[in-house]
Amino acid sequence: MSFPWAQQYKPATEFGQWMDDRLPIGRMIYNSLGAGYPTPRNLNYMWNFGSLAGVFLVVQIVTGIILAMHYAANAAIAFDSVEHIMRDVNSGWMIRYAHANGASFFFIAIYLHIGRGLYYGSYKAPREMIWLLGVVIYLLAMATAFMGYVLPWGQMSFWGAKVITGLFEAIPLVGKPIQELLLGGFAPDNAALNRFFSLHYLLPFVIAGVIIMHIWALHIPGSNNPTGVNVKGPQDTVPFHPFYTAKDGWFLGLALMFFTAMMFFMPNALGHADNYIPANPLSTPAHIVPEWYFWPWYAILRAFTFDFLFVPAKLLGVLAMFSAILVWFFLPWLDKSPVRSGDYRPRFKKFFWFGLIPCIVVLGICGGAPAEEPYVMLSQLASAYYFAHFLIILPLLSRIEKPEPLPNSITEAVTGKPLEQAS
Amino acid sequence: MASVDTAVEPNDSAGSEPEIGGVRRRDFINVAAVSFGSVGVVATVFPLVNQMNPSADVLALSSIEVDISAIEPGQAIKSSWRKQPIFIRNLTEAEIEAANAVDLSGLRDPETLADRTQEGKENWLITLGVCTHLGCVPLGAAQGEVKGEYDGYFCPCHGSHYDTAGRTRKGPAPTNLEVPEYSFLSDTVVKIG
Repeated sequence: MSFPWAQQYKPATEFGQWMDDRLPIGRMIYNSLGAGYPTPRNLNYMWNFGSLAGVFLVVQIVTGIILAMHYAANAAIAFDSVEHIMRDVNSGWMIRYAHANGASFFFIAIYLHIGRGLYYGSYKAPREMIWLLGVVIYLLAMATAFMGYVLPWGQMSFWGAKVITGLFEAIPLVGKPIQELLLGGFAPDNAALNRFFSLHYLLPFVIAGVIIMHIWALHIPGSNNPTGVNVKGPQDTVPFHPFYTAKDGWFLGLALMFFTAMMFFMPNALGHADNYIPANPLSTPAHIVPEWYFWPWYAILRAFTFDFLFVPAKLLGVLAMFSAILVWFFLPWLDKSPVRSGDYRPRFKKFFWFGLIPCIVVLGICGGAPAEEPYVMLSQLASAYYFAHFLIILPLLSRIEKPEPLPNSITEAVTGKPLEQAS
Repeated sequence: MASVDTAVEPNDSAGSEPEIGGVRRRDFINVAAVSFGSVGVVATVFPLVNQMNPSADVLALSSIEVDISAIEPGQAIKSSWRKQPIFIRNLTEAEIEAANAVDLSGLRDPETLADRTQEGKENWLITLGVCTHLGCVPLGAAQGEVKGEYDGYFCPCHGSHYDTAGRTRKGPAPTNLEVPEYSFLSDTVVKIG
């Protein structure tokens, strides 16, 4: 993106000039992260999670490449090779814990990033493509995280793989053959472990590729901001560097403190003890749960305990679970409100904070709890609200809601003064 | 009055900040930030690189005990330790004399046979069977193999010759065949590692 007032790249050295004439990579960085990218001056801390997610993806790729140097994707020795990493490899325990907890932090960042987009209307025109690519990134991240969780070949790994691939069995007629195709067998075994490892290594690079498109699409209209009002002039923006590089940097430091505290002092807090038992195809753990970041979707999957007409409950659950995320693809067209930011939408704001967010929290709690009452009923109610929010409430709201008056410009919103006087 | 909205002319000395000998206070902040960051980067990168080093199970002193009672003078056996070949040779009187007759000053890696064996056990030459040039396994330990020009070991790959004490004599090998740590548990059993 270039607002007319964006600063132009001027190579500082002769080599820089030589390079700029041949491969303008310095120009590219300058225009995306430097003073060549003017950014709204009022971005709040919710705008820090994009770069944070990017950093955690890098952490995952670096630690993952290293772990792959020591890990053996063979059903006979996979579990032992993970123990070898934990006990014998220099700093192996640390790198594995960084990888395992890094996944959680990646999802924390990505969820807050998505939540920011939902609340401030970042999915609306002209930023629909950024949103769609973001949903693709999220789906890829889900697949990657799932397949990574299988690799240690513990009890949770094995039975997680069995349950999740079992979902495909719900497809009428071809379900069973599809499940066997995905697993390369009748149950998770060496073939499945090998392909999961291969894909777990591949997909992060695909994610990185889609992230490049995500950022590319972002730089066309430029960043949204807490008012949702378009940038009107130079006074509404600041150069990305040094302003947001510094802010992102300070925030990264803070996040890394939490990350390392987690990694060093409670590395297994988010894990499941059963995954320290080698995979046993003949004995299911008492309670199979996915990682915390999949709990809400797992709750929706289990909410369907009844057959509907000729559709069996299992298939309904699978369809509902996938629809819960696929519905995001249609969000830019479901929510037609011309106002982007939730700050200026009194009713939307209430439904967001007192409807959607508690609903997802309840789903999360139910997904981590055993499948018994009251959790089944709660997850049914919450699932119903979840879909109602996207398919009924948002389209209706955008018709009947009367938004609060928007500020004339970002600067006016920041300074509280009309633009003419703010000088 | 200037506010955040008015353009401020770029000024490297950052307003009225005092300059002492061309050094600004901001320079200190920059240097401090970069130094602090560098220490953090090094501290992070170190374990990421260190994991490449041999792991504890590889390094573990997995010692072996070898029964050498059946090795007659003039014979040698190959064993393996730490996944590498070990040559254990029972030198004959003539071979010991040949080794001791060599003038050290002419050697690339001067060591006497006594340096490379244990006292009273000069006939037992125990070395790694790894050519010090590029790590091939030299010939000469098994019966009928070429022993090279100096009657010790010979690595045909790049033409390194070792003498009866396993010292490099000719060819590209830079150092003598490595002598591992070992001890005699009895006259017939040697423990390597």
